[in-house]
Amino acid sequence: MELLEQTASAVISGDDKRVAELTGQLIEQRVPAKTILDDGLIAGMDVVGRRFKAHEIFLPDVLLAAKAMYAGMELLKPLFIEEGVPSQGRVVIGTIRGDLHDIGKNLVGIMLKGAGYDVIDLGKDVPPEDLVRAATEHEASIIGMSALLTTTMPAMQEVVELLDKEGLSGRINTIVGGAPVTKEFARDIGATAYGYDAANAVERVKQLIPEV
Amino acid sequence: MVDGAMGTLLLERGLGPGEPPESITLSRPEVLEEVARLYVDAGADIVETNTFGASPLRLAHAGLDDRIEQLNREAVRAARSAAGDRAYVAASVGPSGALLQPMGDATPEQLYDGFRRQLEYLIGAGVDCVIVETMIDLTEAQLAVRAAKEMSPGTPVMATMTFDATPRGFYTIMGVSVEAAAAGLREAGADAVGSNCGTGIEEMIGVAKEFGRCTDPPMIIQPNAGLPQAEAGRVVYGDTPHYMAEKAGELLAMGVSVIGGCCGTTPEHIAAIRAMVDSR
Repeated sequence: MELLEQTASAVISGDDKRVAELTGQLIEQRVPAKTILDDGLIAGMDVVGRRFKAHEIFLPDVLLAAKAMYAGMELLKPLFIEEGVPSQGRVVIGTIRGDLHDIGKNLVGIMLKGAGYDVIDLGKDVPPEDLVRAATEHEASIIGMSALLTTTMPAMQEVVELLDKEGLSGRINTIVGGAPVTKEFARDIGATAYGYDAANAVERVKQLIPEV
Repeated sequence: MVDGAMGTLLLERGLGPGEPPESITLSRPEVLEEVARLYVDAGADIVETNTFGASPLRLAHAGLDDRIEQLNREAVRAARSAAGDRAYVAASVGPSGALLQPMGDATPEQLYDGFRRQLEYLIGAGVDCVIVETMIDLTEAQLAVRAAKEMSPGTPVMATMTFDATPRGFYTIMGVSVEAAAAGLREAGADAVGSNCGTGIEEMIGVAKEFGRCTDPPMIIQPNAGLPQAEAGRVVYGDTPHYMAEKAGELLAMGVSVIGGCCGTTPEHIAAIRAMVDSR
């Protein structure tokens, strides 16, 4: 369907006004919200994610595309509630305490939303206990956290330890990332998984949450 | 020679995981003097102030914005008291943490005013030069360089950005190439341009080569001590002083004239590089 393709390319080019306009037209034509999301918005974001991973485009392009995707999602929200579109699962994310670098974390949030997950984003400089509390309250099955600094990386271990202490390790998994974070580091602190970039983080989340 | 890492040493001296390094400036300024002294003793000609995150936007997040003047002035005083007449003091100015419109909410005026405020205290407290560092956005880096140059045209300003290796060459995550960085930073008035942070010295040699192709000296390079690993609840970095010193020789051969260290480097790294520099 042409309008869906146009929506996808408007997401790719980061044109939020055009995305909102096209999404509105699709809704008027009674195209199911799930179709608009999957074949329009997410289809466009998928291309953006692939191009970013291949270093064909850079962060500014991804952020503008995400803004455009959100412009469409806002319009779809009421329909999701009406149509009862199931979520793929719930993930709590945040940049760890002391760390203000949220670019990568935001990117993971964007891509997870794009993949159909409920994302509870606690922002940056998030205390370990807040991540655990939010995951419990919202019944999320994954905590995703990132750090970009030598001084903040160790704080991610506190989340793993807190989950252990509260007997939640089996129910709530952890995934870590951030430029200096390595697979070895993730293993050493006892995290469940490691995402080397935003797209990889989404793949790891998909492996951890069984499909609905 | 510039000094090595600040955060890494502060962690060893009791900075809690996730605490802003600037908090030490208020609570234990003597630690800053100790760190600067260690680096001067190791052979650094320039020591940096503990003010990487002491800009209004970042301090606001840590709830320290009402202490901005004291944080910047005290950090200069501590570095100066350790440096004496043995080393210069460089003002460290890091990114604001905000993204410019349309990607984020910040306006160029906001960022410029923020840098200007921080630099007023730093330059007012008598730094010898300024290092604008770890930048990923060229516009933001230029705003910081301009703020320094407009306030004090005679103060040398060095500017570094952080690059990733991609199949198409080195780019910052915001998509700034080495060529664009070199031209843009010079145009803004930077006296020396180059790179800091990133993955380690091996990759940095590639970045330096690229800078060498695009711009005239002086160039400044401050690599990390490799990639961080967790060890018994602490973060340690893989590249040894010996390895870094050996590799730093290649940087010198490429015409890099200012060398220092970023995350994970210690006085031992600086001493080893110093010995290598002196042996040439």
